[in-house]
Amino acid sequence: MLKGELEGEELEQYVEERVVTTKLKDLQNWARSNSIFPLTFGLACCAIEAPISIVTARYDLARFGAEALRASPRQADLIILSGRVSIKMAPVVRRLYDQMLEPKWAISMGACSSSGGMFSNYAVVQGADKFMPIDLHIPGCPPRPEAVLYGFTKLQRKIQGNPDPGWRQRYNAEGTEEWARGGPRSEPSAMEMEAYEEARRLILEPPTAGGVRA
Amino acid sequence: MPDAPGLELIRGEVESDHPGAVLATSFDREQAALIADPAQVLDLLRWLRDTPAQGYSFLSSLHVADYLPAEPRFGVHYELLNRERVERIRVKAMLADPGEDALPEIDSCVGLFPTAHAQEREAFDFFGVVFRGHPELTRILLPDDYVGWPQRRDFPVGGEPVTFTYSEMARG
Amino acid sequence: MADLLADTPDAGLSEDRTTEVMTVNIGPHHPATHGVLRLVVDLEGEIVRECKPVIGYVHTGIEKSCEDKSYWKVIPFVERMDYVSYFFQMEAYCGAVERLIGLEIPPRAKYLRTLFLELNRIHSHLVWLGTTALDLGAISMLWYCFRERDRILDLFEMATGQRMHTRYFQVGGVIEDIPLGFEEKCRKFVEDMPVRVGQYEALLDRNEVFLQRTKGVGAVSRERLLELGVTGPLLRAAGEPWDLRKAFDYLAYPEMDFKIPVGTVGDNYDRYRVRMAEMVESTRIVGQCLEALPEGPFIAEDRKYVLPPRSELSTSMESLIHHFKLVTEGFRVEPGEVYYGIESPRGELGCFVLADGSAKPARVHFRDPSFVNLQAFRDMAVDTYVADMICSLGMLDPILGGVDR
Repeated sequence: MLKGELEGEELEQYVEERVVTTKLKDLQNWARSNSIFPLTFGLACCAIEAPISIVTARYDLARFGAEALRASPRQADLIILSGRVSIKMAPVVRRLYDQMLEPKWAISMGACSSSGGMFSNYAVVQGADKFMPIDLHIPGCPPRPEAVLYGFTKLQRKIQGNPDPGWRQRYNAEGTEEWARGGPRSEPSAMEMEAYEEARRLILEPPTAGGVRA
Repeated sequence: MPDAPGLELIRGEVESDHPGAVLATSFDREQAALIADPAQVLDLLRWLRDTPAQGYSFLSSLHVADYLPAEPRFGVHYELLNRERVERIRVKAMLADPGEDALPEIDSCVGLFPTAHAQEREAFDFFGVVFRGHPELTRILLPDDYVGWPQRRDFPVGGEPVTFTYSEMARG
Repeated sequence: MADLLADTPDAGLSEDRTTEVMTVNIGPHHPATHGVLRLVVDLEGEIVRECKPVIGYVHTGIEKSCEDKSYWKVIPFVERMDYVSYFFQMEAYCGAVERLIGLEIPPRAKYLRTLFLELNRIHSHLVWLGTTALDLGAISMLWYCFRERDRILDLFEMATGQRMHTRYFQVGGVIEDIPLGFEEKCRKFVEDMPVRVGQYEALLDRNEVFLQRTKGVGAVSRERLLELGVTGPLLRAAGEPWDLRKAFDYLAYPEMDFKIPVGTVGDNYDRYRVRMAEMVESTRIVGQCLEALPEGPFIAEDRKYVLPPRSELSTSMESLIHHFKLVTEGFRVEPGEVYYGIESPRGELGCFVLADGSAKPARVHFRDPSFVNLQAFRDMAVDTYVADMICSLGMLDPILGGVDR
């Protein structure tokens, strides 16, 4: 194709057939939804179906671009709560969710994490909704891997629909953010600076005789 | 299992060595049980383990059951197994509830059967039964600051009543 | 070490810093802890000096919930304890209740139960192999093992309608007969499985990295394991030929011809070999069950404890009344208590049921093998490297649902 070979109407049509135009936001959401990094997090029975069974060959999660399961919450986008959340585990899950970086999503898989399941007793949190925001609930006990994949595609459509991530206002969670360097609250406070200096001094100064530090 | 006459023989032999250790025997649904005096339960377990003719050297399970409203309330069960003759025998020690602010106590058998370490902790966690002499008697399955003994019969199951959307909307 | 730091700002440090003991918390969220197990380890360099497992992160209060439900409704609850060997929990509970009420199950039900138990044993060992090999770095084993596992789950789904947590065993037998086409599919599976196990062994058995990581690592003596109450493949790998299937005659095991693999040293390599051999033996048992499956009813006929078939409900009044009573209140059991133990893939799974005369059990307690086996973990992990500790944890095969109940 040389310059000047096509004019006007034909040029428009030629370009339309070959170039996709979109808003940057939509492109970003499309990219995000097709490259989700789930967290390797399994609690109980549902963990055998996901994350283990959906990454295996029959119900391949790699088709959706999500086979890179990360072990560290700092590197993950998606936490799949697969299994019953007991009262001892709930603070741990909340801490993991807080450590994930924005934008992040949570799928509550199975009946137990969506609503306590069949365990309506003293030891199980009746639904993970009680302590963290959940984007998608998948029913089943345990849900078939196909059901999990259907839920996963629904989540992808939700991400592409550009949902409002203003859950912090809705759930009264202002002040739970952690900022990387350069953010509004990335300078440590004076007390934190003192504590840091003290720790540095304690660790780096040589111990006195007998191994006891001053 | 030792059959009913065999169980009575065992009781007779224990009486000669440790009088008063066995309070009763029970042979029900083909399972043999010796009901022991809680103060002498360690002697009885040691006798069952070490006497050459008995040889119940494997503790399969140690668990507690709450027999409320029958008194005494707590039954500590020791499921013993003789692997050579493939026979099981159960030793039950019944403990009464000492009332408010006190916990039932029994001697710990961790010295005889190290497998009881975690199982006694679980019994303490769920029923509040204190095992005297246990090296580390703390909660094992519930959070450390949990208040209450969940597996007791008078502890509620807990949970939430199911809220149906219709009734929520209709009645506010 | 100190002279390397001679010109740096840290020159004043002495060498003693390297022998300092550091306490590290592993888990409960950790890719290698096989569930939510938290390990508090004291490390001296890379060597584990003290290891304390903290459990309870998936404690579900199943035993308490069971006291609130009729005997029939308890079955789905107890299934979900050890969530890869769900048929075994059902068998332990249903067997205990059958002994309490003195109910005999028909021969076809015995054989069907044995067949599904052994299929579940293979399933559990496949999950173990896939996840443990993944921890040790042999990542492709996960895909191969789960391919076979999906075939077993297809068989379960064909017979019961569910992949996991099938609620198949009932008090008195099994809930439904196997459908047409199940026998051929199962037979095909039985033919293929030993070939597959051979392929897994070909991948791992002569792999130098795998051998170095597992041979001589994590051995605990037989006497110490018996003291700690450990049973199952761990005990058999240490040289003690103790298997409840051969010791106590229950279900159809007396008529089956199978061997029990026993190890010699008791290190991680022996545990691996014992479980691989058990998979082959279980396949043989499944094949024998298929051949010898007797005709007849698949559940006991006693209508006081067993639901009548639906076809009778429209013709017989007594069946309707029995059905109503069983579904609303459930059957009552005379006061008594029973302890019934079976051989699950991890060891002795015992169920204690206390009945007080009402329609609900007064106490259901499970002696879970993983809970007791976890006490041996400290002996396996102390004075080894951290990587060896992870390998031992994999070979110990704990399932935290059973540990925490």
